[in-house]
Amino acid sequence: MTTKLFGEPVRRREDARLITGRGRYLDDIGSDALAAAFVRSPHAHARVVDVDVDAALDVEGLVAVYTYEDLPGPLAEPLPVLIPHPQLHAPRTGYPLANGEVNHVGEPVVMVVATDRYVAEDAAERIVVTYEELPVVVGVDAAREAVHAVHADVPDNVAARHHQETGDADAALAASPHTLSFTQYIERSACMPMEGKGVHARWDAGDRSLRVHTSTQASTSVRAAIAAKLQLSLDQVEVVAPDVGGGFGVKIVHPWPEELLVPMAAIALGREVKWAEDRREHFISSAHERQQRQEITVGYDDDGRVTALDVHVWHDNGAYTPYGIIVPIVTATQLVGPYVIPVYRVIVESVYTNTVIVTPYRGAGRPQGCFAMERTMDRIADALGLDRAVVRERNLIRPEQFPYDHRLTFQDGRPVIYDSGDYPGLLDKLRALVGWESAEELRADAEARGKLLGVGMALYVEGTGPGPYEGGHVQVLGSGKVLVSTGLTSQGQGHETVFAQIVASELGVPIEDVEVTTGDTRRFGYAVGTFASRAAVMSGNAVALAARGVREKALRIAADVLEADPGDLEIDEGVVSVRGTPGAAIPLRTVAVLSNPLRYAFDEAAKQATQFARSASDDKPPVAPGDAPGLEHRDYYSPIRSTFASGAHAAVVEIDPATWEIDVVKYAVVHDCGNVVNPMIVEGQVHGGVAQGVGGALYERMAYDADGQLQNASFMDFLMPYASEVPDVVIDHQETPSPLNPLGIKGAGEAGVIPGTAAIASAIEDATGRRIAAMPISPTQLYDLVRDGSSETTAAWRRRTGVDA
Amino acid sequence: MKPAPFRYADPRSLAEALEVLATEEGAKVLAGGQSLLPLLSMRLAAPATLVDINRVPGLDRIEATGDGVRVGALVRHVRLLEDVVAARVQPLLARATANVAHPAIRNRGTTVGSIAHADPSGEMTSVLALTGGSVEVATPAGVATVGWEDLFVGPLETSLHGPAVVTAASFPALPDRSGTAFAEIARRKGDYAVCGAGVVVTLDADRRVERVRAAYVSVGLVPAVHDLTDAVAGQPVEKADWAAAGALARTLVDPDGDLHASADYRRLLVGVLTERTLARAAAEAAERTGA
Amino acid sequence: MTVPVDTERTITITVNGVPRRATVPVRRLLSDALRHDLGLTGTHVGCEHGVCGACTVVVDGAAVRSCLVLAVQADGAAVETVEGLAREDSGGGQVLHPVQEAFRECHALQCGFCTPGFLMTITAGLEARDPSAELTEEEVDELVGGNLCRCTGYANIRKAVHDAAAAMRDGA
Repeated sequence: MTTKLFGEPVRRREDARLITGRGRYLDDIGSDALAAAFVRSPHAHARVVDVDVDAALDVEGLVAVYTYEDLPGPLAEPLPVLIPHPQLHAPRTGYPLANGEVNHVGEPVVMVVATDRYVAEDAAERIVVTYEELPVVVGVDAAREAVHAVHADVPDNVAARHHQETGDADAALAASPHTLSFTQYIERSACMPMEGKGVHARWDAGDRSLRVHTSTQASTSVRAAIAAKLQLSLDQVEVVAPDVGGGFGVKIVHPWPEELLVPMAAIALGREVKWAEDRREHFISSAHERQQRQEITVGYDDDGRVTALDVHVWHDNGAYTPYGIIVPIVTATQLVGPYVIPVYRVIVESVYTNTVIVTPYRGAGRPQGCFAMERTMDRIADALGLDRAVVRERNLIRPEQFPYDHRLTFQDGRPVIYDSGDYPGLLDKLRALVGWESAEELRADAEARGKLLGVGMALYVEGTGPGPYEGGHVQVLGSGKVLVSTGLTSQGQGHETVFAQIVASELGVPIEDVEVTTGDTRRFGYAVGTFASRAAVMSGNAVALAARGVREKALRIAADVLEADPGDLEIDEGVVSVRGTPGAAIPLRTVAVLSNPLRYAFDEAAKQATQFARSASDDKPPVAPGDAPGLEHRDYYSPIRSTFASGAHAAVVEIDPATWEIDVVKYAVVHDCGNVVNPMIVEGQVHGGVAQGVGGALYERMAYDADGQLQNASFMDFLMPYASEVPDVVIDHQETPSPLNPLGIKGAGEAGVIPGTAAIASAIEDATGRRIAAMPISPTQLYDLVRDGSSETTAAWRRRTGVDA
Repeated sequence: MKPAPFRYADPRSLAEALEVLATEEGAKVLAGGQSLLPLLSMRLAAPATLVDINRVPGLDRIEATGDGVRVGALVRHVRLLEDVVAARVQPLLARATANVAHPAIRNRGTTVGSIAHADPSGEMTSVLALTGGSVEVATPAGVATVGWEDLFVGPLETSLHGPAVVTAASFPALPDRSGTAFAEIARRKGDYAVCGAGVVVTLDADRRVERVRAAYVSVGLVPAVHDLTDAVAGQPVEKADWAAAGALARTLVDPDGDLHASADYRRLLVGVLTERTLARAAAEAAERTGA
Repeated sequence: MTVPVDTERTITITVNGVPRRATVPVRRLLSDALRHDLGLTGTHVGCEHGVCGACTVVVDGAAVRSCLVLAVQADGAAVETVEGLAREDSGGGQVLHPVQEAFRECHALQCGFCTPGFLMTITAGLEARDPSAELTEEEVDELVGGNLCRCTGYANIRKAVHDAAAAMRDGA
């Protein structure tokens, strides 16, 4: 069948506009809009004593200034806690504009609206805010010590204590032949999409309707938030995600203060208002992720099999908890990875600090969990003198153990039951791909060139495609055009292409006839959002179900016209035909016309359809009960629980023992996301994820000083990798379909980033023989570690070099 | 991140430029702008007036003679990088310039501008020092030559005050029987260096080390030239102990620590880069000395 | 004072072959002038401090960061932006530049935000070289090394540069 496109590397339909400068990103909208700028707190923790706007009032072009005092009704209340949880016992959120206190540098205090952004910044610069500084809490350790409190009414700084256990961990550890205990740290990074956030709002005073464009990962929910906070009816608000220049998680948070304040100003002023976040704002007032302190105790037997695992994590959630404890829960539940852990206890204490909020960044707690589990495997191997791959292999869940129940509760409240997978298969492929068995030869070769070489690996299992649902709508027009919509948004993943492939395949139409709209509440009102590697799983299956509904209806109508049994019909290249009967055919577009009993002959399609029209029966209504005019169908996909994708990465690093520069010379990926809709796009996701993984392991670190000032809030000092820092990546695939959904797919968006930190830490440890217990690591830090005589060395290195313990 | 308001003039002669600089309070010269524009956009600098010298004729020439290379104020990095004659007279110029940022920055930024900016993390300030160079400074009183020792006062600070335009920088030619090398270590390729080193090795007629000098990037507040001759003086070039020179260099520098490198790590790199660059520079010197 | 010292200027920039006039405050960055005064929103702004390269355009033949140039400095200059890369064919259709074609074919973009900067940098670089010469990895490093992309991990961008160079060699 020529229209079978599922599984093909179809070139992206988005690209035609994006490579010619015809994309439409947030700041491309509203050329006549007024511009908003913000006065943001320069202090990490302070009381706002006074706001004096007088000096700004002389600025020519100033239109309006808003402080907390100007916020009406629900806008003056704290921002919502999006995802409450019983274990989030002390949730705190900020206000759209600071209400008497600021808790991190960058928190918005005043909004200025002016004729353009230059003028708005001029005015903002002149506003004098008087602060009374308060003691500052930076970092998990300071939060834990709780000498000072971020929120006065949360004196221990603990927002949540998330706790799960699958048995008596103390007893299991006591009964274990061996135990190991250690502490490790992972630092802050951030999504850092190339396009910052942004909001444009237009109020139509005539029909009292608001249209908001926002660079978001969740347009339907932004719509609901705006309606609630601005006291509008849902039908008065439209929210559209235009082309979005990357998200990686930060744009799933909503409503951002600006998503409420910009529409508020647009309504109040009766003018279009726009805010396009600049890079500094993005650094200090959006969101970060990753910082954790992990205390791990593992019990294991002589073969290296884990008998019990006890993990206590302190998770830095920044100043507020608008996104609940999703990241801690994901760390807690995804930590176990592909392994059988007989008894597991995890406690994650989510603590407040006077820093930017922490919300999901690609991986969303999984890289930390993977770091904990995989480094535990490395430690067991080192203690027993076993190969690291062998220890992993002995602990893997076997293919025959699926579905595998970890007896944990996932972020969606559903049990962590792995649907399918072949983890030994991943490991075998990885060993072959990276040349694991020849590591010692590689090491000797590097040594001859004066370099220290190390290899490391990390495996992961990733819960993808959580519910509760996504929907899809498919409609065939009389022109033959097939309109597809889903409420979920796109940030560049290629959803237009992938959903078009699915619908073209399901419906049997040329992909050129399919038009896909995402993230536009005018087209689809119900959606959850793009996060947790869920777009292909959720909306992919939803549009497939919608297409199947259209197909069923088309066959029913065509069967009637062609006087055939629907079971004998097929659709190919947009034509319905009777299998094995040449000439007995009707174009799908004509079926679409026939599906509506009312068809004025406005166009050729309607005229042509009349030849097929059959005289209606006088004793039946033109539209049968339960039927509807039009060849369209809306359907929803709602899974019982998440699918679980998996993968294995390995890194080979070379270190210059003179300069301690770290070079990732090879990076191998084996990836399993079930059935693949478009392998080109999946590989692209893996490549991008790996680059962020390498960045997170070796380059990116949000550096706060003790006063809570972010010291590297620019692209000059926050070191996102250029092409020169990203290694070549070799990829192998494995496809273990999910039994949970009609298409058998699992998510792929986040996978590439998850094991990077763990695999690279392992490789550096292997190369240097020094225990790597804090990531990311830079050459200057590695130099300190190596020359410090008290640094812990690995047993493997002591054996290799003959150095005594 | 938009610049604060300023006034703007784009004079068509040096005299006009000096006239605006003399009459406008808080005026600043704009040439390539690759360092200045980010400071303006971050509102870390807010000059009242910008005097854009890009339309002043005659400042865009590279003049290479046997004595050295004179680089006009509007010569973009890319031109110096690609100037074969200049590279022959003073090879350090192209070698250092290759480390300046990325092509799109080198297409616009100027060699002289980066010297006038006096950033200790810039390459060309150190090259000016290492080669014993000078700048030409035009003021209403006339044109003066200012040696590198008298130019750099502190980070981002020169000795120039009042209305002045740096119109050219002059880099003396590489002496006979000498070789140079330049190397940097940066966190990402094209970033400001964590540490950079430029060296000049001069041999005597018997191919023994006569003189060794080095200057560093991102080490110290102002460019400095360190004489490392003592560590290797008189040694035959093939057997010279460049590691000893590196070790000496480590004792001479006084680097600061920052986000990307501790002071100790910089000191380590000074030693490593010195040793590595000296070996390359010595090979070049030997080649230029003959058997 | 003989030299005008202004806060606003009327400038003429030839953008993609078309002379365009605009009156702008002297502090207006070229990136903003292109986007907001001239309506050419294909040039994107990613950092406004010259590091990401998203705003790269070609001014008088050289790729430069348009956030590091004032609009008034481009008065009289010829500026090429992403909107001018594709050519119209005789039938009024659009013929993509080989670099654009290669980006699509190699999946060298995802969100597309950084893409115009890459396209302009790479195009200027490839057009300035002898198309018959073999493209080296070092040249590719230079062509793609100064622009940030957060989506692709660069592998496909590098591939696209090779493909585009090959197409330009064959088409030369």
